[in-house]
Amino acid sequence: MKISDQDVAYVADLANLELTEDERKRILRDLNSILEHVDRLNQLDTSGVEPMTQVLESVGAENNGGSRLASAAREDVLEGLRKSLTHEVALVNAPKDDGAFFLVPKVIEK
Amino acid sequence: MNLQSLTIAGARGAIQEKRISATELAQLHYGKIDADDPKIGAFLTLSKERALAQAARIDSMVSKGEALPPLGGVPIAIKDVIATEGVRSTAGSKILGNYVPPYDATAVKRLEAAGAVILGKTNCDEFAMGSSNENSAWRPVHNPRDLSRVPGGSSGGSAAAVAADMAIATLGSDTGGSIRQPASFCGVVGLMPTYGRVSRYGLIAFASSLDHIGPLTKTVEDAALILQTISGRDPMDSTSADLIVPNHVEDLKKPVRGLKLGVAKEYFGEGLDAEVRRAVEAGIQKLAVQGCEIVPVSLPHTQYAIPTYYIVATAEASSNLARYDGVRYGYRADGVRSLTDMYKRTRDQGFGAEVKRRILLGTYALSAGYYDAYYLKAQKVRTLLTRDFEEAFRRVDAIITPTCPTPAFKIGEKVDDPVAMYLADIYTVTADLAGIPGISVPCGDSAEKLPIGLQILGRHFDEATILRLAHAVESSTNYQKKKV
Repeated sequence: MKISDQDVAYVADLANLELTEDERKRILRDLNSILEHVDRLNQLDTSGVEPMTQVLESVGAENNGGSRLASAAREDVLEGLRKSLTHEVALVNAPKDDGAFFLVPKVIEK
Repeated sequence: MNLQSLTIAGARGAIQEKRISATELAQLHYGKIDADDPKIGAFLTLSKERALAQAARIDSMVSKGEALPPLGGVPIAIKDVIATEGVRSTAGSKILGNYVPPYDATAVKRLEAAGAVILGKTNCDEFAMGSSNENSAWRPVHNPRDLSRVPGGSSGGSAAAVAADMAIATLGSDTGGSIRQPASFCGVVGLMPTYGRVSRYGLIAFASSLDHIGPLTKTVEDAALILQTISGRDPMDSTSADLIVPNHVEDLKKPVRGLKLGVAKEYFGEGLDAEVRRAVEAGIQKLAVQGCEIVPVSLPHTQYAIPTYYIVATAEASSNLARYDGVRYGYRADGVRSLTDMYKRTRDQGFGAEVKRRILLGTYALSAGYYDAYYLKAQKVRTLLTRDFEEAFRRVDAIITPTCPTPAFKIGEKVDDPVAMYLADIYTVTADLAGIPGISVPCGDSAEKLPIGLQILGRHFDEATILRLAHAVESSTNYQKKKV
């Protein structure tokens, strides 16, 4: 499967990346070379094979000498895991803020 | 004090017996960093204030005659993708150039609670994406053994810091081989625990179903000690396993006699350097002499691991890295016209070439029309790769392979060919995909005096067996004594 310049532009837009002309050329070449390598997956018949999304789901507890495995539900308690960050701490790394909110360029024009 | 042979137990003992203070030991390491790191580049940020405050606490315990905790006064450095409260954590990226986390990763918290002195943050490939450390936005890392060569990646700074005695141990992260491969290239021990063994809370996410935190150390015993310190259920990471943490250091004393070791032909085929093959085969022979039974096994889907990995990992990365938008933290581009313009320019200016490449590949693999062909396909092949291991582990207790196909390559050698660079991880990605633990232990040197690593893979949550075997390899080669 060969990807085109338009595909790169489309995917870059989805990923919120603005690429320069040079970057687009390089990415086009690299993605095609990587995807050519990836295409060998099509040699495998995977009909009837379950997709693996997480490690622990596919590991039976009986293998592990324990039964209390991960991904268990927990009580939904206010500040149950940790205290929320204070305003001051949460804003400390912000590129732009007014002490109460993160500031961004205007979204809605008059 | 001879830093070269100083282990965790050695350092703690020396401090407890007042042969050196924790403060002096930290300063000794900072001195070493000042002297040697300009040419190596292993450190990005030093956390002297935090380190010396902790060292003072340890020294006051000693002066009161209190017994030190297991890592009391031991100088440890942390890969820059792991959050440290109040200490800049950039993940090797410009986009987090000024980021100072308001919290500690659980692994860091547990190390410090056990007495460790956190020296600073180690260099790495940007967002842990790379196999040579050349993708750091700040500077490349040079292999202490040969400065013209890469230290491996992505935990290149963590491996180099231990190899050059600038820290007694470090934490790294492994998504496709990023602890084991640099450990192999730098001649140190690198352990990737089972997925879920160590909390990922505070690990800046690359690919969440593949990311692991683990130690890089001078000896297998040190790796065992750090593992048991940082392991265990953490409510802040819902994927952390609620299992009893074994005493790995104690378990090292058990003999390896009678263990069945699998050797898979797929890991000894085309592309494997002849010297690496010889060194690894000699290591296997040493285990056979100690009473292990060598059993041929097959992992038939191994050749599909790299393409599977590069779809699964990049798809997850494209989602995880969507958070870097210039709003709440990190870099923001100047002179923007609109919100969307701000996102795009911030990300274009903030991310390096490899990160953009992977975000775009992952976005493509998840996009409408390609999801089934790439992402779903790769997840199914991931099942097949995992079944290969399940099958093999019915017959054997561990699997021995080379860690990498070659010793450390030259800086610049593979930068223009992403596929060639990705193939450096060919023997390590399989364990990440299956979620099984793996360790790289030095087993010899090449003719050019470059370290060679032997990899041991184990069953889920059976770090005890691979540590025991690695310890046996280490003892029989006496490798840890002849360093840089």
